[in-house]
Amino acid sequence: MRVLRRHSALLFLAGLLLLLPLVLPNNFYYDIVIRMAINAIIVLGLNLLIGFAGQISLGHAGFIGIGAYASAIFPTHFGWHPLVAMAAGAAIASAIAAILARPIFRLKGHYLAMATLGLGIIIAIVIKNEAAYTGGPDGMPVAALGLMGFEISGEKQWYWVLAALLLFSFWAARNLIDSPFGRALRALHGSEVASQVMGVDVVRYKVAIFVLSAFFASLMGSVTAHYIGFVTPNIADFFHSIELVTMVVIGGMASIYGSLIGAILLTALPQALSTFEGWETVAFGSILMLCMIFMPRGLVPTLTARFRPNEREDP
Amino acid sequence: MVKHSLFKIVTAAAIAVGASLPAHAADPIKIGSVLSVTGPAAFLGDPELKTLQLYVEKLNKDGGVLGRQLQLVHYDDGSDASKANGFAKRLIDDDKVDVIVGGTTTGSTMSMVPLVEKAELPFISLAGAVVIVEPVKKWVFKTPHTDRMAAEKVFDDMKKRNLTKVALLSETSGFGASGKKETEAMAAKMGITLVANETYGPKDTDMTPQLTKIKNTAGVQAVFVFGLGQGPALVNKGYKQLGIALPLYHAHGVASEEFIKLSGPAGEGVRLPAAALLVADKLPASDPQKAVATAYRKAYSERYKEDVSTFGGHAYDGLMIAVDAFKRAGSTDKAKVRDAIEATKGYIGTGGKVNMSATDHMGLDQSAFRMLEIKNGDWILVN
Repeated sequence: MRVLRRHSALLFLAGLLLLLPLVLPNNFYYDIVIRMAINAIIVLGLNLLIGFAGQISLGHAGFIGIGAYASAIFPTHFGWHPLVAMAAGAAIASAIAAILARPIFRLKGHYLAMATLGLGIIIAIVIKNEAAYTGGPDGMPVAALGLMGFEISGEKQWYWVLAALLLFSFWAARNLIDSPFGRALRALHGSEVASQVMGVDVVRYKVAIFVLSAFFASLMGSVTAHYIGFVTPNIADFFHSIELVTMVVIGGMASIYGSLIGAILLTALPQALSTFEGWETVAFGSILMLCMIFMPRGLVPTLTARFRPNEREDP
Repeated sequence: MVKHSLFKIVTAAAIAVGASLPAHAADPIKIGSVLSVTGPAAFLGDPELKTLQLYVEKLNKDGGVLGRQLQLVHYDDGSDASKANGFAKRLIDDDKVDVIVGGTTTGSTMSMVPLVEKAELPFISLAGAVVIVEPVKKWVFKTPHTDRMAAEKVFDDMKKRNLTKVALLSETSGFGASGKKETEAMAAKMGITLVANETYGPKDTDMTPQLTKIKNTAGVQAVFVFGLGQGPALVNKGYKQLGIALPLYHAHGVASEEFIKLSGPAGEGVRLPAAALLVADKLPASDPQKAVATAYRKAYSERYKEDVSTFGGHAYDGLMIAVDAFKRAGSTDKAKVRDAIEATKGYIGTGGKVNMSATDHMGLDQSAFRMLEIKNGDWILVN
């Protein structure tokens, strides 16, 4: 039964992504769905770190920035193939995450939040000031992503690329959570001492999940850069990090569905509210506040507990 | 979807009925706009939006354009270029606007450029940097003066005063970074030596370290500051504190009444290049810009009870150039409107006299800038 339900969720998402183009009236709606998918994939990775392993990162946009600028700089200035550049970006982001994770994860709580915050801000400052390579605060254009003469262009092609990536990430995240690795993460979230006693190498797992989420963030940064065709330092901005953490929290910590819902909601809301004539920020803030007051655990976990009180949420 | 098709039926019925009615029942002409109304660039985007709203209303009251009403469709990108890109898609694909007037910052503008080029939609940007119109892009125009022109005007004035050894202090924002690059190029071209080259962050609250370094540099004859917003006012204050007596110049990004207020007495004697708008009432009656600048200034400050800035003026020019092009094209056909914008000749705006051509999509020359000086808490025209 459980196995069937597991696959039914994946099949449901696949079906939804297949049928969605039938009701999307024009490129603008494709664009929103693509941005939702990009955010959803990043948030899935971030939720593994924040929700499941219980470690906060307020500098995640920095890793997205590394990926985005690797895809912008290497092909433009050094003539690398975009896919090589993308891999290089992910490698750089992972390496930075791996080197810094050990000292950073000695910290806990507010100190950990501040260290990751600092990391993100430093990356953003470097991007802003190395104007010779990055174009400075005004940003720079990004070459199209192609392979063997075929270029991905237009919202409709990008939609299928992102749909495939989203399905893969969803599947991978669910599998990871139910693997020994995922159980170890949840254990160290519950109690580091207890999990250490049970033989979990706490530091190793923390580092591994940090590197993994940085890797995904960088890859999606590259995808964003190629999709939009232009990058500015805003992508590595502190506020972008906060936006992503908000998606995790609103959707629901330690909930795979929550990550999807959080990303969809927070990508769609600004567009839906844009007709409010100057009140959109107020409306946006009020909605977030109400969510947090009445659903402190996030949308998905709160609603699951409400409608299926006898069942623990299946992550 | 049901609602959507219902809307279509109603629209179709309206068109069928409308065919027998005079032209005023036609669809409005849609002016699209993406502006940075919130976020760090809000001080630029806010007056731009207010200006567009004010003048769309005014034009509609006077009967609209081509017998059709104007409709402004605007979005706020929150000073984030990737959001500007998304909203530009919305304007193009969903709202199906006839022209875009907007793009507050150079980053926002450049992120929209590939989209408008692909959609073949006329786009008049309100951002400063030279890259927007150089190289010329078929569908992209802009109204503000460039940083290159500002540097040239300032160096011109310095040379008149026999000042050739200059210290440059620029902001690390988009505006300042682009300004720094253009200033360095212009200095080399005009025989000015940059003896010191310092930068400060847009959120810095104290520039005395950089100024001290400049003060201690041998041979400096004048200081040129390239920045936006509050930073340059803080430079003025630090300058007075350190007792530096050299002539001080700023760029056009601080050309607002606010700058004088922020600087206080420390602003006295500071010079900067700016559009005629700021000194509209001090222009001689013979000046061709006098009428336009005074009228805009009056309309804006009456409606919003605040001082005009040159930024709102750029939006005014953008809208008027677009409206003028609609009239000359006689339709909203995108290719015809584009050709009409490119053929704009002798348009007198708040920013100066605009003469566009196939090789110049901005159309302003050096005469668009006036050299101003702050004296007794007000602007005066130099020479």
